[in-house]
Amino acid sequence: MQEKLVLNFKELAQRYEKEVEKFAQGHRLCAGCGAPIALRHMFMAAYPDDVVISNATGCVEVSTTLYPFTSWRVPYIHSAFENAAATIAGAESMYKSLKRQGKINKEIKFVAVAGDGGTYDIGFQALSGAMERRHNILYICYNNEAYMNTGIQRSSATPFGASTTTAPAGKKVPGKLQPRKDLTAIIVEHRPDYVAQASINNPRDFMTKVRKALDKSGPTFINVLAPCPRGWQHPSEETIEMAQLAVDTCIWPLYEVDEGYRWKVNYIPKEKKPVKEWLEKQGRFKHLFSPKYEGLIEEIQKYVDREWEILLKKAEIFS
Amino acid sequence: MQKFDAFTGNLAVATAMKQVNPDVCAAYPITPSTDIMMIFSDFVANGEVNTELVTVESEHSAMSACIGAALAGGRVMTATSSAGLAYMWELLGVASGLRCSMIMTCVNRALSAPLNIHCDHSDAMGARDTGWIQIFSENAQEAYDNIIQAVRITEHRDVRLPVMVCLDGFIISHSYEKMQYMEDKDVKDFIGEFKPYRSLLNVDKPETFGAMVLPNYYMEFKRQVREGMENARQVILEIGKEFGDKFGRYYSYFEEYMLEDAEVVFVVMSSAAGTVKHVVNNLRKRGVKAGVLKPRVFRPFPHVEASRVLRNAKFICVLDRAETFGGEGGPLYLEIKSALQTDKNNVPVVSRIFGLGQRDFLPIHVENLYEEIEAFFKTGKIKMFDYVNVRE
Repeated sequence: MQEKLVLNFKELAQRYEKEVEKFAQGHRLCAGCGAPIALRHMFMAAYPDDVVISNATGCVEVSTTLYPFTSWRVPYIHSAFENAAATIAGAESMYKSLKRQGKINKEIKFVAVAGDGGTYDIGFQALSGAMERRHNILYICYNNEAYMNTGIQRSSATPFGASTTTAPAGKKVPGKLQPRKDLTAIIVEHRPDYVAQASINNPRDFMTKVRKALDKSGPTFINVLAPCPRGWQHPSEETIEMAQLAVDTCIWPLYEVDEGYRWKVNYIPKEKKPVKEWLEKQGRFKHLFSPKYEGLIEEIQKYVDREWEILLKKAEIFS
Repeated sequence: MQKFDAFTGNLAVATAMKQVNPDVCAAYPITPSTDIMMIFSDFVANGEVNTELVTVESEHSAMSACIGAALAGGRVMTATSSAGLAYMWELLGVASGLRCSMIMTCVNRALSAPLNIHCDHSDAMGARDTGWIQIFSENAQEAYDNIIQAVRITEHRDVRLPVMVCLDGFIISHSYEKMQYMEDKDVKDFIGEFKPYRSLLNVDKPETFGAMVLPNYYMEFKRQVREGMENARQVILEIGKEFGDKFGRYYSYFEEYMLEDAEVVFVVMSSAAGTVKHVVNNLRKRGVKAGVLKPRVFRPFPHVEASRVLRNAKFICVLDRAETFGGEGGPLYLEIKSALQTDKNNVPVVSRIFGLGQRDFLPIHVENLYEEIEAFFKTGKIKMFDYVNVRE
């Protein structure tokens, strides 16, 4: 058995308070955006390691690097939309090469940050390649379940029934007709050193996962749910609540897979809430409550129950 | 001390890469450039280089990894062809826009459709406006020499733009020829130590690379790429001369072959220049004042210098191994024609497209072209644009 990683959050917070914030204020992300919350927690967990960031095109990128300003007090590169993984792989390879040649002796961690569009869809190939080549990187997907930067278009991370601008709910069609892709599981199949699903409502869990991932010497991946008030259509101040409900309804379970096979569900709600409670708080699912689309919420509940059961089973068998 | 041996174009490039000993190579296989990385992988496997080889899953990731590696402060090289270069296209502008120093060998191959693995210049010409310095090689020797000079060019403080070294697929990449090569130590001395200008690995002085830039600053960034390209003109000349002084083979923007008194001038790049020179030799024997201008540097294009050496021409035929579909002529033709304007030179100049998908381009085809030109001198009539050796 491996030693259990326990972060001392109080000490961490005290130490970090004295440090300069690595993700500076003044960025242009929306009020209530989940992504910067994840990023600040990520930096806190990474402290005191030196990190280099590669960021895909997306909300975070356009809102934090508007020339001549930057929110990043760490080395940062944005190259394109679909290549955050390949770009960080290149930087990590140069580091490895220079280190082997004795030209650099610092310890540096390499982290890619991308949204779900840049991860599930257009960046999928580069991510898969980087995982397979086993670069020593952490890839963090801040998942808001659609292409929010270009104006809320459906992605393969968008859940069934959500209304987006390219799969809108109309008179005949109830929003997105397909369930989302289970990317976390697909990444597990690459057998990286560490994979986890996290959510911004549970910083302890997320930060522990970031720390675990950074302490590995191979590829790692964290898929962190980061609600978007604009796209999900909920009040800005309810972002954390939306994340909490996603976890409590088990539509977004918190789990991890260590060393490629050791599955662990990190949070089992005392009382599993009906998915309806999550759906009804978001404008993007509003149409599901009209008589016209009756029955679809039950469909979603069935899907959630089935997926949750599969996950528990996996964790039971491969623990 | 230099030695002779038999090299294919690809072996020549791989040998130059070994001597340069880059810190990172990221590449993806594509015919006819695959060979380069296959040979280089052996050097890696046998510990003959310090290179970290990144065997990526696509050319898109190859160029992305090269960008990440270059900005992390070391020497970076890659190689590709055709669709591979096309797939990289998005990142080509990122590499130049982020002022990456790196070298890519482009083994020229036709673009689809129809699928064709053989030589033409449509790949490189598709990348001509992406901010890359482009150097074309006639043979293995030039490819080898160009790679080594490219290291100095791309890393020059006043340039800091990526360099693409082109050689003709199969015709050069897969044909053996006699080539002179330097000792490892001499190459090492010539290229010197890599000194990073800025680095992602400089965690004590963090910088943001690839910021979002709106209309208020975007144009200044692009103007600076133009500035680097303009500065490259002088740098390319200086390094070509220094290379010649050290190793005996001098390089400039272009080769002038029997050009001084030439009245009929063929302008052609890469391997086909050899064929044209051969016909020009025969024409000279017949008393025809023919010559060849073989551009080596396509970006930045040496307009002023090209115009100067074409001053005495009475007729110019520009041969392009790439199309512009709907343009007045091939890409090289367009450059030459606009170059002539710098001297208000109204000499007749025609465009001929040859060798697409490696259609044969033989001495007979050049002889036929000369016959057309000879007829023009009598009748004043000639097609301004035409294909060479093509079915109707």
